[in-house]
Amino acid sequence: MDDMTDRGARAQDQVEAIRAEVRDWETNEVANFLRKQKERKDEFFTLGDIPVRRTYTAADLAETPPEDIGLPGRYPFTRGPYPTMYRSRNWTMRQIAGFGTGEDTNVRFKYLIAQGQTGISTDFDMPTLMGYDSDHAMSEGEVGREGVAIDTLADMEALFDGIDLENISVSMTINPSAWILLAMYIALAEKRGYDLNKLSGTVQADILKEYMAQKEYIFPVEPSVRIVRDCITYCAKTMKRYNPINISGYHISEAGSSPLHEAAFTLANLIVYVEEVLKTGMTVDEFSPRLAFFFVCQADFFEEVAKFRALRRCYAKIMKERFGAKNPESMRLRFHCQTAAASLTKPQYMVNVVRTSFQAMAAVLGGCQSLHTNGYDEAFAIPTEDAMRMALRTQQVIAEESNVTQVVDPLGGSYYVESLTTEYEKRIFDILKEVEERGGTLKMIQDGWFQRHIADFAYETALRKQSGEKPVIGVNRFVDDTPDPKIHTHPYDQTTADRQVARTQRVRRERDAAKYDLLMERLVETAKDPQQNMMPVTIELVREGATMGEIVERLKAIWGTYREVPVF
Amino acid sequence: MQPVRVLLAKVGLDGHDRGVKVVARTLRDAGMDVVYTGLHRTPEEVVNAAVQEDVDVLGVSLLSGVQLTVFPKIFKLLEEKGASDMIVIAGGVMPDEDVVELKKMGVREVLLQDTPPDYIVSTLNRLVQERGPR
Repeated sequence: MDDMTDRGARAQDQVEAIRAEVRDWETNEVANFLRKQKERKDEFFTLGDIPVRRTYTAADLAETPPEDIGLPGRYPFTRGPYPTMYRSRNWTMRQIAGFGTGEDTNVRFKYLIAQGQTGISTDFDMPTLMGYDSDHAMSEGEVGREGVAIDTLADMEALFDGIDLENISVSMTINPSAWILLAMYIALAEKRGYDLNKLSGTVQADILKEYMAQKEYIFPVEPSVRIVRDCITYCAKTMKRYNPINISGYHISEAGSSPLHEAAFTLANLIVYVEEVLKTGMTVDEFSPRLAFFFVCQADFFEEVAKFRALRRCYAKIMKERFGAKNPESMRLRFHCQTAAASLTKPQYMVNVVRTSFQAMAAVLGGCQSLHTNGYDEAFAIPTEDAMRMALRTQQVIAEESNVTQVVDPLGGSYYVESLTTEYEKRIFDILKEVEERGGTLKMIQDGWFQRHIADFAYETALRKQSGEKPVIGVNRFVDDTPDPKIHTHPYDQTTADRQVARTQRVRRERDAAKYDLLMERLVETAKDPQQNMMPVTIELVREGATMGEIVERLKAIWGTYREVPVF
Repeated sequence: MQPVRVLLAKVGLDGHDRGVKVVARTLRDAGMDVVYTGLHRTPEEVVNAAVQEDVDVLGVSLLSGVQLTVFPKIFKLLEEKGASDMIVIAGGVMPDEDVVELKKMGVREVLLQDTPPDYIVSTLNRLVQERGPR
């Protein structure tokens, strides 16, 4: 004990000595230099508005308890969810793809796999995302345009034709109608005779950030959260390797928020989901190991690395201290990452490759589990094959040529990164506390509190770009009036809707109407009883040829729909 | 002088409202009367609201790629309502060819992801001034 106290006192002395030296340096070297040459600005901030100092030292590092930094693969997982990280296996290179019909996107999937992609990610068209069939009036012009159109199990079969789902993980970016797509995925797997416990992948199914940011919602909050709960509990029991949710900050960021709010709001949503599942009687360790996350990687390199590290630490502490998790797997945060689409520009569009490369590098140094790098053409339209190949190559250069993968958490111990990580942790917990004091996440969504913060930062960002305070190369700096080389954007195939609608209507014609009616009645009964799980009846329905839109329309009649009061 | 009256709308199924909200706030801060319809509106709803509110400018934002389907409908509806003199602007992420097409159709300005707020205000003021009193 005396020895410990002694060592503590010695460490304190060392910190004091460093602080004294820093003061001395400020009065001598720094002051002398500033007389000759001023700094560019009086104050420096991260992209997320956190003030940063001239430099950081061991005295700053000493403010983070060593056990909070720890080791990779060990609580609180600041340095990574696994002990060996990319020394064992690189992150999954997962480029999102989706357009046209199932067949059309299937060709892109196979192309990307042939180019070395190691995971699949599916983008759905707006009607699918919003729960409309391709022949609904609201779908006009949007079928297969920004993603793939999926109405029925037959579409899903075409989408994954010839792809071995036991051997590649599949992510599906879908939210209010997520459980129906998950049901189709399960029905497809069963039809092919797969072992459900061997399927790995993720369905996004994070409805709360939809109300906050992305605005793809159908039903009111309560039944929507219940559906999420149903996905989580169903998968925990029947699909051991599957992530039933991807709790996402990405869209919060893209809607305009600061990186800090992205991080904090995402964890606020996590807390709601965990509490909902716990109400069913499941223990926290029965489902938490499969909770997965999705974050953006923005342009401020070290801030993003610190954000990811802080998120892992906060998550570990929340799961252990607040929810009493015992299994370390319930405390390790795993995340998919995507570079920031909103950072891409039309002018000098090839510069987007450079932006994306730096963002991807920060994602890797931040310890992501899978990564999508954006195409250089995404300020114009959804990406072409060529843009996606370049984006994939960017990841491959980082993985194969840069050697950053050889050492786990190579920025661990950096005076700056550790200080910023701890600053992020503190600010995230402050926001979570504020949310609770104001009445909790669900109430604050209804109040528009999150939406207000996101809109405020988006507006400030627009003003800062205008003033030049936020430099954007090619837009407010180094503007070049020479026209850019002509860009070939992804074309929309005008036959898409006809091809798609033909199949949907054929499925409706050919199904067993009596079975369909019976199952629809069961769907209604299940929906009316919040204690029941929506998954089993939905799986049966899609197997019998029910369309996604039919299921959604039937439920709208029971649950109603959500309409927001816009905040700006 | 009467403040410029603007109706901003999201048409189609996408929920990307970052841009339209930045524009709404920019115009409001510049002293214009701004109504924002919220998400997922049909061309009919938008045109009816614009005519009813008797606005100078109708701004339609969409990032779902359906600009070449939506705007012809809007112009047709405006004509039917005898409101062809309404100034129509667009906003969103779209290919350059579509920007050209929209302008041919009669869209007076297309606001893209990096259009500066001051430019939006001055452009609307200019367009309203050029049109003259109604």
